[in-house]
Amino acid sequence: MAQPALTNTGESLPRPEGWQGIAADWSSDQRAFKNVSWGKAMIWIFLVSDTFIFSMFLISYMTVRASTTVPWPDPSEVFALTIWGTKMPLILIAIMTFILISSSGTMAMAVNFGYRRDRVKTAVLMLATAAFGATFVGMQAFEWTKLIMEGVRPWGNPMGAAQFGSSFFMITGFHGLHVSVGVLLLVIIARKVWRGDFDRNRRGFFTSRKGNYEVVEIMGLYWHFVDLVWVFIFALFYLW
Amino acid sequence: MAFFVPTEAEHVAPAEVADVELYHPKSWWTRYIFCQDAKVIAIQYAITAGAIGLVALVLSWLMRLQLGFPDSFSFIDPGDYLQFITMHGMIMVIYLLTALFLGGFGNYLIPLMVGARDMVFPYVNMLSYWVYLLAVLVLVASFFVPGGPTGAGWTLYPPQAILSGTPGAEWGIILMLVSLALFIVGFTMGGLNYVVTVLQARTRGMTLLRMPLTVWGIFVATILALLAFPALFVGAVMMLLDRILETSFFMPAIVEMGEQLNYAGGNPLLFQHLFWFFGHPEVYIVALPGFGIVSDLISTHARRNIFGYRMMVWAIVAIGALSFLVWAHHMYVSGMNPWFGFFFATTTLVIAVPTAIKVYNWVLTLWRGDIHLTLPMLFAIAFIVTFVNGGITGLFLGNPVVDVPLSDTMFVVAHFHMVMGVAPILVIFGAIYHWYPLVTGRMLNETLGKFHFWVTFLGAYLIYFPMHYLGFLGVPRRYFEMGETDFIPQSAQTLNEFITVVALIVGFAQLVFLFNLVWSAYKGRVSGRNPWRATTLEWQTPDFPPRHGNWGPTQPVVYRWAYDYSVPGADQDFLPQNLAPDQVTADNRHKDLPDGAVQPAE
Repeated sequence: MAQPALTNTGESLPRPEGWQGIAADWSSDQRAFKNVSWGKAMIWIFLVSDTFIFSMFLISYMTVRASTTVPWPDPSEVFALTIWGTKMPLILIAIMTFILISSSGTMAMAVNFGYRRDRVKTAVLMLATAAFGATFVGMQAFEWTKLIMEGVRPWGNPMGAAQFGSSFFMITGFHGLHVSVGVLLLVIIARKVWRGDFDRNRRGFFTSRKGNYEVVEIMGLYWHFVDLVWVFIFALFYLW
Repeated sequence: MAFFVPTEAEHVAPAEVADVELYHPKSWWTRYIFCQDAKVIAIQYAITAGAIGLVALVLSWLMRLQLGFPDSFSFIDPGDYLQFITMHGMIMVIYLLTALFLGGFGNYLIPLMVGARDMVFPYVNMLSYWVYLLAVLVLVASFFVPGGPTGAGWTLYPPQAILSGTPGAEWGIILMLVSLALFIVGFTMGGLNYVVTVLQARTRGMTLLRMPLTVWGIFVATILALLAFPALFVGAVMMLLDRILETSFFMPAIVEMGEQLNYAGGNPLLFQHLFWFFGHPEVYIVALPGFGIVSDLISTHARRNIFGYRMMVWAIVAIGALSFLVWAHHMYVSGMNPWFGFFFATTTLVIAVPTAIKVYNWVLTLWRGDIHLTLPMLFAIAFIVTFVNGGITGLFLGNPVVDVPLSDTMFVVAHFHMVMGVAPILVIFGAIYHWYPLVTGRMLNETLGKFHFWVTFLGAYLIYFPMHYLGFLGVPRRYFEMGETDFIPQSAQTLNEFITVVALIVGFAQLVFLFNLVWSAYKGRVSGRNPWRATTLEWQTPDFPPRHGNWGPTQPVVYRWAYDYSVPGADQDFLPQNLAPDQVTADNRHKDLPDGAVQPAE
């Protein structure tokens, strides 16, 4: 009775265009998003949930910034570096942002080569992405150190409202945690790609299941999300 | 798992769907402990949630003892009492109801009801349970640390939650916040599974609008949880920082015991907003699965198709969406701008519309139905009654002018216990009586069940009806004892004694239920397959009770919605969802079809 061939929706079925196509997909059986694998559907839904977490952090930051009666420190002053005798506002954070955005570029290329089954290029580009990410975290550690040396603490700072330090360490820390986790996952997946796990159907250490090159794209979605969040943190924390 | 070497024989890649790869457990260890089968995970969730729920039940007895007979129990002091109410509330709402509905019923029923072999990510699903268990253990640990668990009330409002005058400010509050954060992490892993399974792993012929309402309720509730828990997570992180690092997110400048603390400039209202942005959807996270399950119970046991199926689905979706727009109705007395109150009162009352649609549809499903007063049906009807009751007092409290005088009185306690305590718990009982045969192959004992039902249902009314009256008298909630208060008459104390006695009796009835659960697993009447003659897929598995992988060699093909009861002209009074059109009547069955002809799935 069952026809296995029909249930494999790995290939595109003919369907109407535009809104009618969406309605047709959602009223169909088996999958609401045709041609979207389970893994990709999951990461998108996870990212929506994570978006809510970051939104809550940023809205909370805006609220405490608006509530406190003590003046907010001027980010251009606080985040300035003196290089060769010149005081340059936001220079470090500009470089960090540039590095993180660049890492999205290498990640996109890794995804591309992943789908071409180019084992070596994929792994190298993922490692490059991880290196960019690690550099970002390293520079963040430098920034934290500099601020701590200047007396900024989560519970107070010499420049103004105590909530400045609280929000700064909390939000950049939470984002930095995301980047660090991303770097770790990038290295793990790059190793799998490099070793050819996905070509030889090698089973994973924890799940004992076979993986495939799609995990590179799933990793990429997470990575681009982390970069995108950074743009909002940059705009709302450093530029405001 | 890497604890053993996997071999090809242990893996099955069913032909139908390329994505699924099931791990078939070979050892006792992977079959019952570190198991990836959603059905076993569901039972693990249910047992853990039930065990921690028992703790909360005992706490409620202690609270009632104090309220009914103040000055009689030397082992309950005011601090203990605050800790009891806090832990009772938090455990019941999050660690029992949320975990049981989504982790328990969700895990068991979603894959079976949509015709999937398992959740889409069995390994992550397994982790979800273990992180949940860790969260529960951290919560339980707070009973044993110096100072005991937090006594801040389940809403954990700062500043008082972290000031030293509150019980458990030393360790209890930290463990509570850590436990909540862990719960959210664990839930997210499970929740992603539930949502993706419903969206992407249904079987052939199973469209979204053929799914049983149980799946719809759990599905929408899971989406709510994935969007609402982030607010609680962020609130918990910020309060942890306030407590441990003395940041001032929520803490204004404050003097404690004549001493100026290091806090300044924080915003306590911010926490209330974060908490209730989670807290109100949480009400529907608990209610929507109940709505869905009760629809299926009513339809099955009244042998009648659910009235207005599409309306029921859209009502669930509408309630879910609206639940994100009403949170500040919990904050009418917080001193917020009255215009906000106007907005939130409006959105709150609008929710009554889809909710009323659901209630009418349940009643209309019963109307002229062939009602079998089985245990699941009794609990389902009891749910309608208690839910309407709790919902109507909700209309009172949704209006700021009525809410302000009633705020923080026993009226509020009675309201939310009726609407999100008693009503969902009655659904859970009904659901357990309904699906117990599916899990164990045996029926629960009917006599014990009837006793359990009548004591619980009537007892719930005897407990909470008088409590509304106490609220009107102005008896405040969370008070250890009334003391010398002129405006509260002596009769209120008599009423409190009465409520306490009933609460203890109802509590005893739950022990009878527990006994029934254990006893019937060994001695219960063998149910046979599909004892309720239900249409939904979970009863149509080739093995009964269903085995790992659910469907044997091929997944079912679905031809119809979940509510084909008493169809005119059909041979039997229910048509399973996977019954082929040519099998509906005897005439059709004998019609010769050309070889290999397959009926289209519409």
